[in-house]
Amino acid sequence: MKRLLPPDAASGARRPSRHFEDTGETMRRKAGSRIIPGFGVSLGITMTFISMIVLIPMSFLALQTSSLGWSGFWSAALDPRVLAGYEVSFLCSLTAALINCLFGVILAWVLTRYKFPGRRIMDGLIELPFALPTAVAGIALTAICSDKGWIGGALAPLDIKLAYTRAGIVIALTFITLPFTVRTIQPVLERLDRVYEEAGLMLGASRERVFRKIIFPEITPAILTGFGLAFARGLGEYGSVVFIAGNMPFKTEIAPLLIMSKLEQFNYGEATAVALVMLLVSSVVMFFINCVQSRASSFIKE
Amino acid sequence: MSLKGNIWIPRLLTGTSVIFVLLTLVLPLAVVMAEALGSGLDLYMRAVTDTYTAKALHLTLAATAAAVVLNTFFGLAAAWVVTRFSFRGKGVLSTVVDVPFAVSPVIAGLVFILTFGRLSPLHPFLEACGIKIVFAWPGIILATVFVTFPFVARELIPVLEARGTDEEQAAALMGAGFFTIFRRVTFPHIRWALLYSVILCAARAMGEFGAVSVVSGHLRGKTNTLPLHVEILYNEYRFADAFAVASILAVAAIVILAARNVVEYAAHKEEETNVR
Amino acid sequence: MYVELENINKYFKEFQAARDISFNIRQGILAALLGPSGSGKTTILRMIAGLEHPDSGDIFIDGTRVNEVEAGRRGIGFVFQNYALFRYMNVFDNIAFGLSVKKERPAAIKSRVSELLELIGMEGMEKRYPAQLSGGQKQREAFARALAPNPKLLLLDEPFAAIDAKVRRELRIWLRDMIRRLGITSIFVTHDQDEAIEVADEIIVANNGRIEQKGSPEDLYKSPATPFVASFIGESALLENYRVLKGFESETRGFSGAVRPEFVKIFTGEETIQYENSVEDAAVERIAFRGAFLEVVLNIKGMTFPTRYSLEKTPIAAGDRVRALVYRLYAFDGDRAFLLHNRNLDNSGAGNIYNI
Repeated sequence: MKRLLPPDAASGARRPSRHFEDTGETMRRKAGSRIIPGFGVSLGITMTFISMIVLIPMSFLALQTSSLGWSGFWSAALDPRVLAGYEVSFLCSLTAALINCLFGVILAWVLTRYKFPGRRIMDGLIELPFALPTAVAGIALTAICSDKGWIGGALAPLDIKLAYTRAGIVIALTFITLPFTVRTIQPVLERLDRVYEEAGLMLGASRERVFRKIIFPEITPAILTGFGLAFARGLGEYGSVVFIAGNMPFKTEIAPLLIMSKLEQFNYGEATAVALVMLLVSSVVMFFINCVQSRASSFIKE
Repeated sequence: MSLKGNIWIPRLLTGTSVIFVLLTLVLPLAVVMAEALGSGLDLYMRAVTDTYTAKALHLTLAATAAAVVLNTFFGLAAAWVVTRFSFRGKGVLSTVVDVPFAVSPVIAGLVFILTFGRLSPLHPFLEACGIKIVFAWPGIILATVFVTFPFVARELIPVLEARGTDEEQAAALMGAGFFTIFRRVTFPHIRWALLYSVILCAARAMGEFGAVSVVSGHLRGKTNTLPLHVEILYNEYRFADAFAVASILAVAAIVILAARNVVEYAAHKEEETNVR
Repeated sequence: MYVELENINKYFKEFQAARDISFNIRQGILAALLGPSGSGKTTILRMIAGLEHPDSGDIFIDGTRVNEVEAGRRGIGFVFQNYALFRYMNVFDNIAFGLSVKKERPAAIKSRVSELLELIGMEGMEKRYPAQLSGGQKQREAFARALAPNPKLLLLDEPFAAIDAKVRRELRIWLRDMIRRLGITSIFVTHDQDEAIEVADEIIVANNGRIEQKGSPEDLYKSPATPFVASFIGESALLENYRVLKGFESETRGFSGAVRPEFVKIFTGEETIQYENSVEDAAVERIAFRGAFLEVVLNIKGMTFPTRYSLEKTPIAAGDRVRALVYRLYAFDGDRAFLLHNRNLDNSGAGNIYNI
């Protein structure tokens, strides 16, 4: 038994340094960029559109804020009614996103792992909230949840009210953001090689442990991403919520509605202040999603 | 399956899923149809063929068409430049493309009011030229384009990125020009993704509510889209009419969903045959 | 017998992946399940592991029927083709997984993992994640993970398939020595005959869902039992009708057959007089330089014979006429293969040919 030292025990030394690899890669890509035509035209079109549709309009938002001044900004952004609006938006979006994380995992699991009649239809229906106009969803959910509705009517004798309460807002947001969690988790489960589960089972783990220790870590980044997307969308959602919320100040008035009503009073300055706070929050959420994704990809790289 | 587990867990999970989907997705659709037809077919037909409904439908279609055409054009250019070249500021560019996704529709509307409205520095100029954007149809179209802006680009970028640039480089080395490369080499790979993203873009454009609501000014017959018309009817307690108009949108949504699934199925099939 | 399969059948819908398979393996043996893709070899391995279930037949491990025993309770270590290392666990947690499932004490887990890390030469890499390891390191980690719970039987599915050709040879020698040293009964699946011959004590050749032959590498090479084994293991060329060759005219077993390069000798001069009644006229079709020798393809009576020719002998070139002696070949009769000797040589002292 002479040859017990593994053959590439010292392989670290043989590999080229990361720095070297990176330079090679960028050099190759740069060379490529000169070969393929259309750089100037496509960059020109892209920049023109981005400027006209996004950058110039968004810059007017900044302009308006600067004319508002710090004190004006703070008094508008931190007005008690506005703070209550943030709270309603925040809590309801959070609840809806959490509900969708749970059902997102279950639905994605069922759709990828089980075969049953109607599976394809169910799969196709998941995107309904993307396709159905939010106003239509809003009035339909209100009709279902109101005291005379199919579900609201059934719950009324138990003294449970859905429509015109925060529960109603959560229901609307759950509907709207469901596809975000399902559709981020589902492809990960589809791609996840069954061999990881088999490896766990071969080592004697129970199915429950295999899910907890092996599958769950694999889908956690997708769950977090789906959660972030659903939460961000929920914060900004307006159409489906206004009908079911009842819009009572301090109770069921969401932040986007506050912007809307300030605009209706032509109070552009205060509307801008509230909008900026919301933009800040959604930027933080987006940043969080990016961090999750880049961390996850460092594990999956082969 | 080979690895047998507890047979009750699949049944429980499938049952839960089916009930959840029925309650959250199917029930609202059913309610729209039931409420729309609940007051009789005559009333339904009258609401659907009303002149205001027709005008709202007209504007909705115009805004949807504008959003699809402009965003497809932009999306192709952006996906090409981001995935085919490396240049300074590329990361910033692809982040900016996504901005409309992160912005609440209401804020999107607000942004256009600030840009073209009474308070804007551009306002005197626009007034002098007699151009009305806010509280008029151009504003509706702009707001719709804004909220659906990233759809095509977002869908195409990962597809092109995954494919790499080898084929385009090979074609370019053989002397092919931009349009030849795009048409013969790139387009066949992205056509399903493109179609798919156009469908999504159309769905979102058709149903946009928040942004459009802000810039519309609610002028019936002039700046109303179908979703706004639904809101007006609903707030006037004309529920049957509201649901009747809503049913048009619901049917459109179902058609779009079906189209989406057909496209996905076709793309999947093609991918399978290509692999072999 | 340590591992025994009896009359195993397995269908995937219409496709029969295993047809009445029976074989057994003694304790301490390192066996290879060798076959082309689609031969059913992986299915057999997965049935032993409990990852697939046979439609009929019995599987015994150490005398116990395990058909109804769950995969995780059969006492088997399994090394997957692409290792299936848990990507979100570091090296330590991967190796410790099977032990923590058994609810071992943390101290015991720790000492067992460090023992294995030392064994595979990866001390100090506990905190690395699979994405940070080279192919060979991943393979060794997967090996250690399978060994951690002290399995009675080790199964390896194409253990070298995902490794660069350069490292592969070294790694298979390492793995063979390691398994021999541990003395654990092991079965590995491979489609690579060189790998099977080099690593295994015993080879089981699978084809078309059947077991063609089981034996030591030398047995399989020297006396293949079936036409498939004769052509799959080692180098050989098929003959449509071997009975036209001198010395084989009176054979009765089938017509087709196969020859190995070493069954044919080339003569350029008159040294063949003593075998005059068995030497064939041959045309040199192609010559390829292979370093230590020349690979020569001969045409004899319309059939091609690949053979070798020493660089030390009279040079020959493509198109030359030479003389060749076919002193041995495999005859195929139905699904059996037989080793035949040139009858004309029997009397004239066949032993001599080795001295030519």
